[in-house]
Amino acid sequence: MLIKNGNVVMVEDGKIRKMDVLIDKGIIVEISPEINRSDVEVIDIEGKFLIPGLIDMHVHFRDPGYTHKEDIHSGSNAALAGGFTGVLMMPNTDPPPDNATVIYYWKEKSKSIPLNILFSGCITKNRAGKELSKFYELKEAGAVAITDDGNWVADGAVFRHAMEYAAALDLLVITHPEEPTIANRGVINEGYWSTVLGLRGIPKAAENIAIYRDIEIAKMTGAKLHVAHLSTAEGVRLVAAAKKLGLKVTAEVTPHHLVLTDEALAGYDTNLKVNPPLREAEEQKALLKGLLEGVIDVIATDHAPHASYEKNVEFNDAPFGIEGLETAFPVLYTELVLKKKITLEKLLLKMTVNPAKILQLPKQGDIKKGNYANLTVIDPKLTLKVSEELLVGKSKNNPFLGRTLTGWPVMTVYQGIVAYQRLLKGVQ
Amino acid sequence: MVKRKHLLGLQELSKEEINTILDIARPMRDIIMRDIKKVPTLRGKTVATLFYEPSTRTRSSFELAAKFLSADTLSINVSSSSVQKGESLIDTIRTLEAMGVEIIAVRHQQSGVPKFISLNTKMSVINAGDGFHEHPTQALLDLFTIKQKLYKIEGLKVAIIGDIYHSRVARSNIWGLLKLGAEVTVCGPPSLIPVEIEKLGVRVEINLQRTLEWADVVNVLRIQKERQDAGYLTTLDEYRDWYGLTQEKLEKLKGKKLLILHPGPLNRGVEIDDYVADSPNAVVNEQVTNGVAVRMAVLYLLAGGNESGNVD
Ligand SMILES: [Zn+2]
Repeated sequence: MLIKNGNVVMVEDGKIRKMDVLIDKGIIVEISPEINRSDVEVIDIEGKFLIPGLIDMHVHFRDPGYTHKEDIHSGSNAALAGGFTGVLMMPNTDPPPDNATVIYYWKEKSKSIPLNILFSGCITKNRAGKELSKFYELKEAGAVAITDDGNWVADGAVFRHAMEYAAALDLLVITHPEEPTIANRGVINEGYWSTVLGLRGIPKAAENIAIYRDIEIAKMTGAKLHVAHLSTAEGVRLVAAAKKLGLKVTAEVTPHHLVLTDEALAGYDTNLKVNPPLREAEEQKALLKGLLEGVIDVIATDHAPHASYEKNVEFNDAPFGIEGLETAFPVLYTELVLKKKITLEKLLLKMTVNPAKILQLPKQGDIKKGNYANLTVIDPKLTLKVSEELLVGKSKNNPFLGRTLTGWPVMTVYQGIVAYQRLLKGVQ
Repeated sequence: MVKRKHLLGLQELSKEEINTILDIARPMRDIIMRDIKKVPTLRGKTVATLFYEPSTRTRSSFELAAKFLSADTLSINVSSSSVQKGESLIDTIRTLEAMGVEIIAVRHQQSGVPKFISLNTKMSVINAGDGFHEHPTQALLDLFTIKQKLYKIEGLKVAIIGDIYHSRVARSNIWGLLKLGAEVTVCGPPSLIPVEIEKLGVRVEINLQRTLEWADVVNVLRIQKERQDAGYLTTLDEYRDWYGLTQEKLEKLKGKKLLILHPGPLNRGVEIDDYVADSPNAVVNEQVTNGVAVRMAVLYLLAGGNESGNVD
């Protein structure tokens, strides 16, 4: 396959060049200003960006156990439509992967899907925070990370020992930092809006305290700690301090925390009910600053689909989480790149190169000779209104419904195969 | 002008809208004072009360208001058991709509439910108290009562005392009082003052005696005894000593007259003493009467009534 005339974004050198890219057997074999071949399929993408396939290290595919919300196939479709070629599945399933069985099930079910699906295992049995999972078995089965995402491991001794095993087995530990007694059944950020709306608040302290403890344990054990979905300024400061100490600590932020604040909850829209909650503008500023300065390594969607009948209920009863894979790139492109808050190259660093490094994915994350041809074509002029019909995943709990966004993925190539193509009426 | 379909809270109402409701509540109150308490204004309309939380007082007040205006009424109490049977709120709303109900007054233990219903129905929705968000008709009747007794709202110093955190009455009062030009202080135990409440434009005071010396009007909130085990209160005795409106504390004011409101039902001996509750400055019973009048005004306006208030 030959992709011609793309504005190729090579992330690591931060340059955009008009290039042709030749792919053979799933590998990028040549990148030059002009390649002419008549013996291969040629795709002309004049005027469009060719970027490395996006990698999302925080997705929920709800399979097994909650396949009415999403399953591996529908989740993969959503990922490919969003321009992703790699995802790390979180273990919030029923049963959860606290041993190899679920990992084998995932492997079997995802075998023929043109997407690099990576697996995480639980830290504790049943994600209950009491007893350790079968770490050796999980590692052998292919888990690249362990996490009880959604449930912070509140028992300090259990978490310490988990980190000791993780260090020995070279497993990445992902923490969802929220001290539950301080969060105290809160449903939105504690602040002006929780007071006005009369909803229980989740103080920022719940997150900060958890991050502080986890970093201290990372220091004790030498394990690699990845802090999921940061939402506070203090969290950014703690991660920066840990990095300064030379600890193996990395962090992520979600698109919704970068572009929405708790003010958006004024109408009790459950499609904005997320954990951690949307915070105030000052916190959001600190997140963007942390992202620009390299404290925050990764943007991850925390794609958390729920069925509409589960979300269309009383606010307290609605589950946390929003559908994120399909709109992540256009949201960030529209709100950050076009508004000149971040460059396209830097944005991509957080969505391709960095997650590939943290997950130790060889030959991925950038457009280079010898790398897998995991590529995404972005139409920087394509402007679409987010609607339920536009979304291909099973669930439609997207907080950007009704918004007009620019810069949509129009083609996703996985190892040299066109895995997704956006077909639009009247649009090429 | 009141050109609204729903009454969800006082936060969303303008000063003019609040004044219109209070103005129309006046002739409504006259109707209640008559021998034959009935006008045909809402004949042919159906008003339902949908209560997910028991409150005989508020429910009866809405029902009487609707009946005095000749509406047909329907009262639905949803116990938690029928919720467990699996009927969702949306299902219940669709059922009422299908039965031809045009206006519903909703009471729910969760904040935001009236708003949620308003987005999913053709009926007019009146918030009859949601979680610890708002209780607009209670605040309207408080405003009406203050105006009736002191002839104005603007410039008054009003203190709201007690469990501010869990109080929808406090929040609705704050919006209403501030919009009509009163100064507001909230006073209560530190664990029950919600974060950043000053940003609404109120003062926060922890000391009750200082608050009483400052105020012209006090609105004493009901303390919920069951909140005790959540770690909000030290003991009820201490609460009474520090925040209860007692004879002793009023006597320290040396004859200064305070107008005392309480949304009821009273916990005598906890947030308010017998002596105080039964004193001439306490207007608890007037509040109840005015509650019916204010709800008549709200029903009348939401049903499309004009502002002349000519309801006969
Ligand atoms: Zn999480």
